[in-house]
Amino acid sequence: MTQYQTETSPAEPMASEPMIIARDVEKWYDNNFHVLRGVSLTVNKGEVLVVMGPSGSGKSTFIRTFNALETYQKGSIEVDGIKLSHDLKNIETIRREVGMVFQQFNLFPHLTVLKNVTLAPIWVRRWPKAKAEEVAMQLLERVGILEQAQKFPGQLSGGQQQRVAIARALAMQPKIMLFDEPTSALDPEMVREVLDVMRSLASSGMTMVVVTHEVGFAREVADRVVLMADGLLVEEATPEEFFNNPREERTKKFLSQIL
Amino acid sequence: MTTTTPTSSAPPDIVQLGPIAWLHKNLFSSWSNSILTIVIVALLLNFLRGFVVWVTTTAQWEVIPLNLPRFMVGLYPANQYWRIWIAFGIITALAGLSWGVLARQTAKLFSLPVLIGIGASCVFMALVPVPPLYRLMLLAGVALVVAGAWVGRQAGRKLPALGRWVSLAWFVSFFVVLWLIGGGLFLRNVSSNDWGGLMLTLIAAIVSIVLCFPAGVVLALGRQSSLPVVRWFSVLYIELIRGIPLIAILFMGQVMLPLFLSPGARVDRILRAIVGLTLFSAAYLAENVRGGLQAIPRGQTEAANALGLNTPLTVGLVVLPQALKISIPAIVGQFISLFQDTTLLAVVGLVELLGISRSILANPQFLGRYAEVYLFIGIIYWVFCYTMSIASRRLERQLNAGQR
Repeated sequence: MTQYQTETSPAEPMASEPMIIARDVEKWYDNNFHVLRGVSLTVNKGEVLVVMGPSGSGKSTFIRTFNALETYQKGSIEVDGIKLSHDLKNIETIRREVGMVFQQFNLFPHLTVLKNVTLAPIWVRRWPKAKAEEVAMQLLERVGILEQAQKFPGQLSGGQQQRVAIARALAMQPKIMLFDEPTSALDPEMVREVLDVMRSLASSGMTMVVVTHEVGFAREVADRVVLMADGLLVEEATPEEFFNNPREERTKKFLSQIL
Repeated sequence: MTTTTPTSSAPPDIVQLGPIAWLHKNLFSSWSNSILTIVIVALLLNFLRGFVVWVTTTAQWEVIPLNLPRFMVGLYPANQYWRIWIAFGIITALAGLSWGVLARQTAKLFSLPVLIGIGASCVFMALVPVPPLYRLMLLAGVALVVAGAWVGRQAGRKLPALGRWVSLAWFVSFFVVLWLIGGGLFLRNVSSNDWGGLMLTLIAAIVSIVLCFPAGVVLALGRQSSLPVVRWFSVLYIELIRGIPLIAILFMGQVMLPLFLSPGARVDRILRAIVGLTLFSAAYLAENVRGGLQAIPRGQTEAANALGLNTPLTVGLVVLPQALKISIPAIVGQFISLFQDTTLLAVVGLVELLGISRSILANPQFLGRYAEVYLFIGIIYWVFCYTMSIASRRLERQLNAGQR
């Protein structure tokens, strides 16, 4: 996979250290639909990888296998040197290292913003409440919603909710962040505030895997862009190559539809 | 849009109808509606007149005051009534305290409707046809509620943890009250055969409610479990119990259970009835809670899992709190029907409120006083059920505050 390491991202002193290694991952849904047909991918430390592709191509399913929200039947996945197995302890260990942001935010509506963010650090990391709240307030300030800390998710706009969701995932101090179409459920005027937060997160050196249709974000922030179609990884390239000079016919067709 | 200025965008005034206009609009808007209104009002007035005439002239109410202690506590020995009064005092004080703690954020504790309520209950207590000492006790009960509420509110503002202490006090008081009523440990034993009346109804209902709630939640979770044995057991239990009438379960408990137990082992009759009520209600409650569980989107579980919360934490911190909140109306509905189902204990020979009423009616002195007695206990049942209904709506409003 070394040919994909880009020279365009200077903030990668340990670029060769892999954080996620997926090998020949295959998955069938219960109705025997072959959704992943042998996908291999390596994500390096500090890298921002954008996954694009038409809907139904399996891209969400694929990144959800990284933290075992989806099972798979063949192949192997290694996260931060730990091989993913069916063992519950193993899955919990990996989930602690991997943060996830969902399309539908999935905030806990019965808890305040602050409690949404402190829930996992208090109960999973066993931090004292004061420490968890201090970290949470710092994160809420970082995503720009400090003054909403005592409100409930239902009182916030979609963009604010998604930023809380990012803060909630970051509160566990993960090594990897997965974004599953984080802006797809947002009103257009709120997309930007979320992308800004993700941009600053990327520049802080976080390892990120982002499923998105935001071409601007991919061009500007991604170190690599991959295209998935019909359960296969079709193309892997730097953003410049991907958008300006794609090799595969499938990629050209996809780009002609979205650009 | 160019002509509209922001200042003119106030909503139009809602037109207040005068009483005549209201009547015209709602009751006499057309010929047919006018006739319907007149006929129905005439029927209602006729019924009401008959009822008032019956209540004030025909009805012979002396059956109620003469048997008031029976209605309240059954055959409980009169020289031990003081124990029940103490239990009454504990419960009223705790109720007042809880009210005060819950209302510590409200601007005014004793608002006008509350004051009217307190005044009305004082007048009512003072007029209850019992010896003056008991009237004093009842008035003391009202005073304890008011005082408890005031103390709870003042203390609750200073000590945020008071709520937890009050919960603990309720838990402890449960055993203290049972000890006061049943005796043992320095107190004369009062056999549960002598418990009766409203007191027995309340004991059976409250104990069953407290026990069936956790059982129902566990069954609901079991029905959704990924472990096949747990799931099958839950489904089997729920479907089996829901297929049997409560009265059959109660008869099984009273008649069949002693046949299976070894001859020496005797389980208290009231306990057997409570177990029957609990097992029965748990199955229905489980289905109510399951409805709530199914209403929680899968994304909630996924988000909790992705944060590293294991299954018990996900269920306990994320799924169950939301599911229970949705199910409150259904759960309280189940509690209300459980309260009313305690009347079936009369059929298996326990003298709770309905049972004691029937035995009073069997007394030749009060022969034929059915209407008076059943109206009286009907009002008692209604007061308790309506209170639960109000409490449930309050709880819902409180839990919803700010969330939407």
